[in-house]
Amino acid sequence: MSTTLEPILRKHPFFAEMEDATIQLISGCAKNVRYRAGKLVAKQGTPADEFFLIREGRLAMEMPSPLGGTQRLQTADDGDVVGWSWLVPPYHWHFDLRAVSEVRAFSIDGRCLRNKCENDPRFGYEMMKRFSTLMADRLEATRLQLMDLYCGPALPTIP
Amino acid sequence: MSTCFDDPDPEAPKAVSMLPEPYVVVSRNQETADTFTIALRPADGGVMRSFAPGQFNMLYAFGTGESAISISGSPEDGGVLVHTIRRVGAVTSALDRLAPGSVVGLRGPFGSPWPMQQVRGRDLVFVAGGIGLAPLRPAILQVFSHRADYGRIVILAGARSPADVIFHDELHSWMQEPDTEVQLTVDRADADWHHHVGVVTTLIPRARFDPANAVAMVCGPEIMMRFTAVEMARIGLPEARIFVTLERNMKCAVGLCGHCQFGPEFICRDGPVFRHDRIRHWFSHREV
Ligand SMILES: Cc1cc2nc3c(=O)[nH]c(=O)nc-3n(C[C@H](O)[C@H](O)[C@H](O)COP(=O)(O)OP(=O)(O)OC[C@H]3O[C@@H](n4cnc5c(N)ncnc54)[C@H](O)[C@@H]3O)c2cc1C
Repeated sequence: MSTTLEPILRKHPFFAEMEDATIQLISGCAKNVRYRAGKLVAKQGTPADEFFLIREGRLAMEMPSPLGGTQRLQTADDGDVVGWSWLVPPYHWHFDLRAVSEVRAFSIDGRCLRNKCENDPRFGYEMMKRFSTLMADRLEATRLQLMDLYCGPALPTIP
Repeated sequence: MSTCFDDPDPEAPKAVSMLPEPYVVVSRNQETADTFTIALRPADGGVMRSFAPGQFNMLYAFGTGESAISISGSPEDGGVLVHTIRRVGAVTSALDRLAPGSVVGLRGPFGSPWPMQQVRGRDLVFVAGGIGLAPLRPAILQVFSHRADYGRIVILAGARSPADVIFHDELHSWMQEPDTEVQLTVDRADADWHHHVGVVTTLIPRARFDPANAVAMVCGPEIMMRFTAVEMARIGLPEARIFVTLERNMKCAVGLCGHCQFGPEFICRDGPVFRHDRIRHWFSHREV
């Protein structure tokens, strides 16, 4: 599988400036997936055995709203990486993941990749660097979202 | 074509009057629960002053007070002056209560405009947060009525929730325009919302435009504008091609009273549209 997927995997931004050997290791754990719009791709609390590199389409991270129904928290699109729970114990999804539109993505097997990280600390460090950047970006975006930017007074409060 | 721009157009029409003129509300449209749009015409049926995109008027709700409000209509619509207003306090609430036929006082136009002449031939990226789409709308309308003069158009608009998106139908109609990308995002949504969820700055790296040729015009809360500039820098769009519009409490609007002072600038006279590199330093001072 790796031999056929590797050339298209390389086109995804996640692999930018990544060494060939690292890409080869990841491609051994990759498969192509496709979801129709509305499909529940992952469920909160279930084992996070994979993460996704979106090629085309939109995935939404969702949670049940305390007021009933579903709250859509963040969306991810072409070129984005979705899911870091495969790397952090207890390896469970922290949210539901739903296809908003038809989605084409690479699914990367988290258990397969974790084993490779354990066996090859250099590779593990490379993964940690990439995913800590992803987590930091998400955290910063979440902080801005929490600030309720657009609805507070436009003016800073001046004592 | 130079890669750097002068400050916004010094030739834009500017009023100097301290005396409000009576204008009649000819129509009123409720945009969202707290935001409405009113169209105004001179009460005496006289000729309306021209304005440039980005400029603002001082609207006087008689008996309550005056507020600076950007013009949100097309500069080429000579019939009415359009303003989109979010109800936040005494004056904006009084303006909210005006039915068609009511009269308001109006002074203006004031301030620096978006640099529409200087950006011809460029890709244009409009980044709006909440009510910030209102001051950008005249620039967007001008671009669409002179489409061949500009490159690719990208409009990135953020709002709190789907119910808070202003100019909703118009945004969707702009999505159909050629060589135009419109992306909407909200902070929270339910499963019926099919656009983005997340802060508006996350749309910047996904948008398709040429940073080497693009100019950004940004309007929203200051923190959003700061993060927008950071994201633009990451993708290679230099600060000298980012224009922002600032808001500060305003009284005279003609550079006399100092209410709207921002560092060395008076926002009413030197702004509200500034090149980002000119005011970046003051952005980081909370006390300013
Ligand atoms: C150049 C310029 C253009 C503007 N364009 C628009 C526009 O197109 N649409 C629109 O709805 N608003 C716009 N504003 C903001 C508008 O002027 C204020 O919201 C308004 O003056 C508030 O008056 P108020 O009596 O209703 O509220 P106040 O009772 O004065 O204040 C209520 C709340 O609004 C905040 N506030 C007060 N004055 C301002 C101000 N100047 N800017 C931002 N927040 C303020 C206060 O911090 C307070 O939290 C603009 C401001 C400027 C300076």
